[in-house]
Amino acid sequence: MGRRGGPAEVNAGSMADIAFLLLIFFLVTTTIETDAGLDRMLPPIEPPDENVIIKQKNIFTVNINKNGQLLVEEELTNLKDLRAKAMAFLDNGGAPSGDPLYCNYCKGKRDANSSDNPDKAIISLKNDRETKYATYITVQNELVGAYNDLRNRESQRLYKRDFTDMEAEYLNPETPESVRDELKEKVQNVQKLFPQKLSEAETSSSN
Amino acid sequence: MSKFNKKKDGDLPAVSTASLPDIVFMLLFFFMTVTVMKDSSLMVQNTLPNATEIKKLEKKDRVLYIYVGKPTREYQKVFGTEPKIQLNDKFASVSEVGDFILQERAKKPQELQNVLTTAMKVDKDANMGLLSDIKLELRKVNALKINYTTYEGDAFRNLQ
Repeated sequence: MGRRGGPAEVNAGSMADIAFLLLIFFLVTTTIETDAGLDRMLPPIEPPDENVIIKQKNIFTVNINKNGQLLVEEELTNLKDLRAKAMAFLDNGGAPSGDPLYCNYCKGKRDANSSDNPDKAIISLKNDRETKYATYITVQNELVGAYNDLRNRESQRLYKRDFTDMEAEYLNPETPESVRDELKEKVQNVQKLFPQKLSEAETSSSN
Repeated sequence: MSKFNKKKDGDLPAVSTASLPDIVFMLLFFFMTVTVMKDSSLMVQNTLPNATEIKKLEKKDRVLYIYVGKPTREYQKVFGTEPKIQLNDKFASVSEVGDFILQERAKKPQELQNVLTTAMKVDKDANMGLLSDIKLELRKVNALKINYTTYEGDAFRNLQ
């Protein structure tokens, strides 16, 4: 009634209460951590048109049975030795020098009965329907680890930096565009030296 | 003079709380920006295995989740103890996975539809048989990019 000069003031005392209410709501619903895991690509369902002939020596077979035992290249193997075996196979570079497949960066044994070139080397993984998922992930981890170790080695030689480190920075959306363009080329170069060729057959049943 | 000295009768002046809303708003905006709404509650046991060679799943809007594991105790009476698939908020059979992926894909903006990743959150005690069936379904609907979600840790601990 007796108010003069300007509109009435709104009482802002309860603003803090409202803000607290919202704050508590978001506190409860928030999940900050991001998931991480092993990235894999599945093969397309339609079979390739042409029949590719792959030499037996270029295939590295890994079989997991339902008890979690490993058969690597027809030999019972401990899981701990898998990474070293896979690396020896990928890095073998068996093609003789002068051959178009000759691998000049391989440091393996150059055994003529193992893979010709990292580009030709294929790891074939087969598992039983009753294999535990935990075992499967451990095997996958070791095989991806074998590729990463070799890529890191080449990456250190060429760019004085780990491949996994470069790839993480390249995939990080916060990395500036200019840095990413530069990294993209390096990442692809290293990937070309050791392309990941991991094939998974249909699972077999034990009976 | 006595007019000005009247209030000073010895005790401390009260701390001003006028800036409290500002502080609270600052916190509020922080949590608003980092928040991701929980869209489904877990109905399956989901202890993920460990791995070392992991990559982070960036950009949550490009990820679809499939949960696999034994039903939790409250659902075990109805659904048994065999590992099951959970899509969104309900149990599903293997044949429903393809439809689920297609539906979720259609909900995403056009430019994201080709870059979606399917995150497989599989309990470490699940069998590979169910997972291979899911993988076959994913291949049928051309959802080829998958990520086996794991914890970071020594992979050999999985075997114990």
